[in-house]
Amino acid sequence: MKTAISYPTEGAMGKTGTWRVFRPSIDIGKCIKCWRCWIFCPDAAISKGEYPVIDYEYCKGCGICANECPVNAIEMGREEK
Amino acid sequence: MIVIDTANHISALAAKMARARVIAAYPITPQTTVVEKLAEYVESGELDAEFIRVESEHSAMTACIAAEAMGVRTFTATASHGLLLMHEMLHWAGLARLPIVMVNVNRAIGPGWNIWSDANDSMAQRDTGWLHFYCSSNQEVYDSIIMAYKIAESQEVMLPAMICYDGFILSHTSMPVEVPEQSKIDEFLPEFKPAWKIDVENPITHGNIVEPHYYARIRYDMQVAMERAKKIIEEVGEEWGKKFGRDYGLVQEYKCEDADYVILTMASMAAEAKVAVDELRNKGEKVGLVNLRTHRPMPFERLKYDKIIVIERAVSFGLGGIVYNELKGRVPELYGFIAGIGGMDVSYRDIERMYELAKEGKDGWYPIEVK
Repeated sequence: MKTAISYPTEGAMGKTGTWRVFRPSIDIGKCIKCWRCWIFCPDAAISKGEYPVIDYEYCKGCGICANECPVNAIEMGREEK
Repeated sequence: MIVIDTANHISALAAKMARARVIAAYPITPQTTVVEKLAEYVESGELDAEFIRVESEHSAMTACIAAEAMGVRTFTATASHGLLLMHEMLHWAGLARLPIVMVNVNRAIGPGWNIWSDANDSMAQRDTGWLHFYCSSNQEVYDSIIMAYKIAESQEVMLPAMICYDGFILSHTSMPVEVPEQSKIDEFLPEFKPAWKIDVENPITHGNIVEPHYYARIRYDMQVAMERAKKIIEEVGEEWGKKFGRDYGLVQEYKCEDADYVILTMASMAAEAKVAVDELRNKGEKVGLVNLRTHRPMPFERLKYDKIIVIERAVSFGLGGIVYNELKGRVPELYGFIAGIGGMDVSYRDIERMYELAKEGKDGWYPIEVK
């Protein structure tokens, strides 16, 4: 039986971080460690360290984390080449 | 046990006895009482299933797809415009190889608004990768639904199945139906074992982008499964016959052995044609009947007759009769009648008349072009 099944692996679509136009950066001084950014990141590009850690190899810069952050600790800045 | 009830209530009973676990359906005439009865079963606790109320038939099919993808047996029912609204998701269910079983109560498509029987709704879904079965009695409705689960869920098939029967002619007509004990049905129909499923312990992605080379293989695999389904339909029909005394297969033949002409029709017209065959035989005509209960896969192997008269309740505009054209070139002498459109009554006398017309070399829309 054949149907369209694939097994998720890290980086199956390549280094999607290169797609990024806006780059999120976390101000750990403001971060309250609620982990909403970690929950909402659609690419699982945020991991749990002492504070949230963004994996810039795969973060596409969608900005959902910045939108969800209740204390505005994540800022989206234009990606520098 | 003999139950006297309508095909719609019998459908609900069959879905219950097949132990469907998720039912998502939207009511539409003439299917409504299927959904009402199932809601009643779930409400009373007689049926241990999740009943999902939806805002459209598109959503009903989507909910069934999602549930089936979790490895759960599902059931839905629809008719006419409801089926047409499902069209996109019917393809989806087929390509995802999810053996959903659905009842479609054949009803005409508007405008003009018409709630009577017409097979153009299901005929328009014939290329979606679903198995298509047509029933000529309430007993066949019951038997076909239970068998459809076994056929669709066979590891060699894994395709969804549509059980079609005429609106009102069957859907709202009470007939005696022999219903086996639940334990016998459980014996016949084992628990559903999915070919793939969504499982948090073993994450997969289903339905993401597929390159042309792989996509073509997925489609080819469906065609191969349809061909394999022919064998499974015959086997399951035979097993049903051994267990419950009513034999089924891809087609049902009646007095065909010595027949010069064979009338080929489907659904309730096949029941009527049986009467016509008896009447014609009394007059000395050597005529038989093939009830085409399976339309997909198309059982060409079982239709090897020299002279076939097709009578069908559907049309492909700009082509003509659908079954007629599918058989064209495969039968030495083929006649095609389009009859019963929009619920026009087709009695055994009409069928006798069509037989006489065919013998004169005439066919077409009955009784509009030829009568």
